[in-house]
Parts: sequence; C-alpha cells; structure tokens
Amino acid sequence: MSAEGGLTTTGYIQHHLTNLAVCSDAAKDAAGHCHGFWTFHLDTLLISGILGLVVFGLMAKVASKASAGVPSGLQNFVEMVVGLVDQQVKDTFHGKSALVTPLAITIFVWVFVMNAMDLIPVDFLPLAAGAVGIHYLKAVPTTDPNLTFAMSITVFLISIFMGLKVKGFGHFMHEVFSVPFGAKLAPVNFLFRVVEEIARPISLSLRLFGNMYAGEMVFILIALLGIWQLPLALPWALFHILIITLQAFVFMMLTIVYMSMASESH
Amino acid sequence: MSINATLIGQAIWFAIFIWITMKYVWPPLQKAMADRQSQIAEGLAAAERGKHEQELAAKRSADALREAKEKSADLVAQAEKRAQQIVEEAKGNAKVEADKVVAGAKAEIDQEVERAKQQLRERVAELAVAGAEKILRKEINASVHADMLVALKQDL
Repeated sequence: MSAEGGLTTTGYIQHHLTNLAVCSDAAKDAAGHCHGFWTFHLDTLLISGILGLVVFGLMAKVASKASAGVPSGLQNFVEMVVGLVDQQVKDTFHGKSALVTPLAITIFVWVFVMNAMDLIPVDFLPLAAGAVGIHYLKAVPTTDPNLTFAMSITVFLISIFMGLKVKGFGHFMHEVFSVPFGAKLAPVNFLFRVVEEIARPISLSLRLFGNMYAGEMVFILIALLGIWQLPLALPWALFHILIITLQAFVFMMLTIVYMSMASESH
Repeated sequence: MSINATLIGQAIWFAIFIWITMKYVWPPLQKAMADRQSQIAEGLAAAERGKHEQELAAKRSADALREAKEKSADLVAQAEKRAQQIVEEAKGNAKVEADKVVAGAKAEIDQEVERAKQQLRERVAELAVAGAEKILRKEINASVHADMLVALKQDL
C-alpha cells in the first residue's frame, strides 16, 4: 500500500488522518487546506449524522411498533441494549429525570456505532471516496476531537442545567462557594469547583478521542505492513471490538455519574 | 486535529439524537417493557394460583376416591351377605318343597296300597263264597235237608 500512487509512509498516514474540510476561500492557505475556526469537517458531520439517523431512526421505528407481547428479534435486541443502559441509570442515578436515560441511550448507541466504523478496513472508505473525487476522508467520527468535545460540552451544559433545576439557583450557588471547605474559603471553593467542572468535559472527550485515534493509528500502521497485515489486522480488530464497546460504555457511565452528582447534594 | 466549527454541527446532531431518543425511542420501549413486566408478574401469580388450586383439587379427588372405595366395599359386603341369605332361603324353600313332594308321594302310595288291599279283600271274599258254593253244591241233598228248608220256609 505504501508505494501506491507515489505516496510515502508519512504521506499515507497523514492522508488517512486528514479530515474532509470545507471553508470559505479566504480561510484557505496556498495548498488549499483550511485554517481557522469556520471550517467544517464534512466527513465527521456526514458520517456521524447518517449513522445517527439510521440507528436512531431504526430504534424509533422499532419502538413505535413495540408491544408488550412476545418481542420480535429486532425489538428484543433494542430492548436488550436499552434495558442494559436503563439498568446502569437506575443503579447510579437516584434522582427523577426524564432526560438521563434517553441521554445515556443516545450516547451509548451513537458512540458505539461511530466507533464501530473503525472495524471497516482503513482503506475501504477513503479509496471508495477517492474514486468519486473526494480526496480526504476520515471514516471514524470519534477520532475527530470536534465530535468528542461537542458531546462532552453538551453533557457538561446539561449537567449544569440539571444542577440548577434540581437544587434551585440559590442552593446551587451556595454549593459552588461553600463546598468542600465551608463558606469562609469561598474563593478557594469556587476555584476548586471551576477546575472540577472544566476537567470533566475535557477528560471525557479526550479519553474517547485518544482511544479511538490510537486504535485507528494502529490499524493504519498494520495496513502499511504489506502481506503481514493479514495475520495482524484480524486480532487487532477483535481486540478493538472490546475497546469500541468499552469506550462507548465509559462515556455513557461517566455521563450518568456526572448527572447524578449534579442532581445530588454534596 | 484543530477545534473548529464542526463542533457546533456535532452539538446540533447530538441534540437532535437526544431529542429523537427522548421522544420516540425511550417512552414506547419503556412502556412496552413495563407492560410486559406486569404481564409476566400476573402470569406467574396466575400460575401460582393455578398450582394451588390443582393441589386442592388433587386432595379433593383423593378424598372422593377414598370415600367411593369405602362405599363400594360396603356395598360388596352387603351384597355378599344378601346373596348368602338368598342362598340359605332357597335352600330352605327347596327342602320344604321336597318334603312336601315326598309326603304327597307317600300318601299316594299308601292310598294305592289301601285300594289294592281292598280289592284283594273283595276278591278273597268272592273266592271264599265261590269255594263255599262249590263245597255246598257237592254236599247238598234235598232230601236230607228238606226239613231244614221247610223250617226256613216257615220262618219266612
């Protein structure tokens, strides 16, 4: 693969790690690459959106026909996934909220299917896209920090909103300034709180991004080994199934924990 | 690798999917699952009730069976007794009847014997008279006995 099209190894890797970006002509440099904030990664947006629409559309279709009788195969499967997530929510989150379980289901299912894109051999989608004139394509949306940060910041905002809603503004502010050292050290408490709150979305998003990016990188490196990729790609893919599921589960679990912490008094 | 406006787009996608799940996926599934749970609970309770009732019915049927057996044993005993009685009765009747028949036969035989004797007696008397006549005819002599006859004539 490495010699194909005159690409160097570095070029091959870089090619695989470049998003399909669109921006205004003013934001492009001499080589045609986009810089600056107003750049959109079309591959991330489209692949994650299409995957989400397909999987949530399917789930909504199943749910609309769900009956209390003996469930069909697909309904059974969806119920199994949803039931697993709901059990985690029930075990961890003790407040009352119509939002937490759907949020956790969305995160688990969406992150799982996006991570699962990693199992498609690394060259399939970029080559297919190249054949129709798209030069860059990063097939795994979760290897784009924009996506993971978008999710973790949304989760962060929901947790703040939930804290305000459950505790009320006064109690929330009181907690921000008086926990853990008491009201006399209010500035220190506030600083601690800010660091804590900011650390959460950063760690949440970087954990998922880092894991998926590293996994994708290993796939790319294996793909560079010529014939030797055959015995190596399969074991790594099998192992990667574990990482895919685990990362989706961890993201979901931590979200539930943050929601639980936001809605319970310290 | 850089953070850019993709983040805003992804947040919008995320919000849309949360909304879909919240509105169209979770509530119907939750309802179906809760309904099924209650149905299963009801089914299990009904099964438990049925089992209990079946136990009761088994007990009742065992009782009825025992009762019926006792009753049938009684009936058989009674019937045997009655059969014994009937046989005894029949035996008695038969004996009486036989005695009667025997007595009748005896009486008839006696009558027959009596009649035979009677006949015999009459014949003996006739024979005696006939014999006596013969003897008398031989012995009689009118001359000798004229006197006696005359005397008889006079007596008349």
